[in-house]
Amino acid sequence: MHKSLFTAATVAATLLAAPLASAADLTLYSGRGESMVEPLISQFEQNTGISVAVRYGDTAQLAVLLQEEGRRSPADLYWGQDAGAMGALSKAGLLAELPNDIYENLPGIYTSETGNWVAASGRARVVAYSPERAGEDELPDSAFDLVDERYEGRVGWAPTNGSFQSFITAMRVEHCDERTLAWLEGMKSNGAVTFRNNTTQVQGIADGEIDFALVNSYYLPRFLDSDADFPVEQAFFADGDIGNLVNVAGIAVLESSDNREAAVEFVRFLLSSAAQQYFTGNVYEYPVTRDVIQNPVLEDFDRLLEVSPQIDLDDLEDLEGTLNLLRDAGLL
Amino acid sequence: MKPMRHPATPHHAPGLPRLLPRGVPLHILLPSLIAAVAMLVPLFYLGLRAFEADSATLVDLVFRPRNLQLLINTLALAAGVVALTTLMAFPLAWLVTRTDIRFKKSLTVLGVIPLAVPGYVMAYALIGLGGNYGVLAQLTGFQLPRIQGYWGATLALSLYTFPYLFLNLRAALAGLDGNLEESARSLGYSQREIFRRVTLPHLMPALMAGWLVIALYVLGDFGAVALMRYEAFSYAIYTQYSGAFDRVYAAWLALMLLALALSFVMLDSLVVKRKLARIGTGVARPMTPMPLGRARFLAWPYLMALFTASIGLPVMILAYWLLLAPPDLSFFARVPGTLLRSAGAALPAALLAAAFALPLAFLTVRYPSPFATLIERSAYIGYAIPPLALALAMVFFSLRTAPFLYQTLAMLIITWAMASLALALGPIRSALLQTRPSMEEAAHSLGHGPISTFVNVIFPRLHRGILAGVVLVFVLCMKELPITFLLAPTGYTTLAVTVFTRTSEGMLAEAAPFAAAIVVFSSLSVGLLLTKEGK
Repeated sequence: MHKSLFTAATVAATLLAAPLASAADLTLYSGRGESMVEPLISQFEQNTGISVAVRYGDTAQLAVLLQEEGRRSPADLYWGQDAGAMGALSKAGLLAELPNDIYENLPGIYTSETGNWVAASGRARVVAYSPERAGEDELPDSAFDLVDERYEGRVGWAPTNGSFQSFITAMRVEHCDERTLAWLEGMKSNGAVTFRNNTTQVQGIADGEIDFALVNSYYLPRFLDSDADFPVEQAFFADGDIGNLVNVAGIAVLESSDNREAAVEFVRFLLSSAAQQYFTGNVYEYPVTRDVIQNPVLEDFDRLLEVSPQIDLDDLEDLEGTLNLLRDAGLL
Repeated sequence: MKPMRHPATPHHAPGLPRLLPRGVPLHILLPSLIAAVAMLVPLFYLGLRAFEADSATLVDLVFRPRNLQLLINTLALAAGVVALTTLMAFPLAWLVTRTDIRFKKSLTVLGVIPLAVPGYVMAYALIGLGGNYGVLAQLTGFQLPRIQGYWGATLALSLYTFPYLFLNLRAALAGLDGNLEESARSLGYSQREIFRRVTLPHLMPALMAGWLVIALYVLGDFGAVALMRYEAFSYAIYTQYSGAFDRVYAAWLALMLLALALSFVMLDSLVVKRKLARIGTGVARPMTPMPLGRARFLAWPYLMALFTASIGLPVMILAYWLLLAPPDLSFFARVPGTLLRSAGAALPAALLAAAFALPLAFLTVRYPSPFATLIERSAYIGYAIPPLALALAMVFFSLRTAPFLYQTLAMLIITWAMASLALALGPIRSALLQTRPSMEEAAHSLGHGPISTFVNVIFPRLHRGILAGVVLVFVLCMKELPITFLLAPTGYTTLAVTVFTRTSEGMLAEAAPFAAAIVVFSSLSVGLLLTKEGK
């Protein structure tokens, strides 16, 4: 009986493995979650007849995997959640050059200078605030203003959160390590309240614990979705301030791809108005192209370009330096 | 898991221990060697990556003061978890084996279920409990300080690893010969002296075995340590891979971690050298259960607290996620298929691990030699190495030698088996130690071949140990993440991967049914283990 159990298990395992051997036309390594990616994939397959197999994982771990695989990688495409990972792969020479008509019409904040990858959607940083407790004149012009006495104990932040850390990396690139460290220490001594992530900060404003918070732009709309009277609003800092950093989710074709034509077609699909409409309409991220219907809860496309600081996204790869800085400031 | 040792008659003549074994049958030697060689793959890979750096960087990396800090932190974490799990597991094991407490069977099952809880779920549960907007504050208005850092990591790890120690201790306590303590009592020893001089020494092998498995688990765990943000080796390795995309320093850290793990393994084999006594040659007589009396007013609150924390908390957080934003009902329809994929890989991995653990156990128990010890101890490499590093090593290895295997189910199963071989080895070795070789010898002399001997003589006597090994591996694989991410066939999403990708997009409610499936299904297999155990 036990022997038959062993045999049965082995046979079952083999049967399970067999159908998976049939390869799809394209293999995508996705750092973005299944719930968001899946509808887009089926749309693409329907439109083009090109089949896509997706490996879901952590953005960073998939980037390390791609480095390990090198030119032997079975992947054709990589879709990462932040610019840092894209920059690291580009630097390692693993990304294929994209045809320049893909990105030449996109705004500078959405392209890489290497032309190796392109943003699929934008995720802006904003200051969220309580319209009841924060006066109009109290809205800060710069993230650097928040160390001011009048904000003492009223600001929330999430030093352990990935997008906050990308923002710190950008601040280091733009304003050097010393000034960034001074800001971190200033915030800390000004009683900045530490939260776990963006969602809890927005909730914290609603519950009256803090009046301001440094968050990504797409969380508040998710709250407003279920409760239109949710007592929080958000705004940008002054134009060009580092606090308005626009980070991206990026898409790239891999150098190892044996089906580049189809892979490039997938990139074009993500930049098509249908996909862009989905990003802004369903997940409240910023579109990278103009030809979509504006999501009323997000800022206008042109306004976004005015407010965002000019940062080369390829420079956001030094997360280790940022972690060290956060450690020096006693925040990690 | 019983640690009592029966003397095994070695097949070679007594005398100086020999390095190379003589007279070890090929069907034992060959699989053992294959296992040991497989364990060299990650070592080779890490060595290769580690020496990629130029010598100046190398010196800088290896002698950074930060490494010392990481070492101290890691040791503190391992010590903390070992101490806390002992406080959790020892009283529980004592209560269900030595006292007249009621519902022993259920308590035992409850004591093993926490193994099924994925580390990241436990960590989320603890983190979500405290803080301004923690579950507790929202439900009751009572605010707990945020649980994080050293204490958070210690608590989270302890809450889902203590069953390893509990299982070991329970078997040891149940197998203890009642005559021993009674003889000691008749010689005038006090209760305390009996415990210290008779009971405790007999429990040492079980304690050490449990501590070793737990300490090594602590060394390699990414999930809980990373979520609690405690700077141990594993967290540093995690931030290296994920933050700095740096495989060189990560390899050095992993090698240092392995050195630490091997020193634990060596320490264990030094302590568990002593022979243990039985009185007479008859069957060990079980102890008469001690009446609890008033002590039960202490026992029950303790049990309540233990199970509330280890099972109640994660169940509560899953329910909370689910109720926060109930997902579409159609969503639940995807759970069975995903479950099948998880189990379809975890079960073969568990069987494979057990299949290799058997010859390894035979090699060390029946043919002891320094060589056998070396081979057997090498099995711990796969268990102690950070899973991400092991997965990367297998990526490297299979792409260069067997690209047709890369990202196939077979590759995932092999790597899972490598990561958990040590876990299967424990109970199988303990079971083998309790059987005498005379039966096997008799079967041989009656003309039975190795297969016939195994099926008719060995398996019936080892089946509990084998089953325990299979279940331990199965439960571990069901919740495994980093190896699955890298090595599973593309599109082969398991329960654990689904839980991760949903939580990372903030869709906690959608993650909950899949996480619940892990816990429930693994608990069922644990229940199966305990009912099969019989009386």
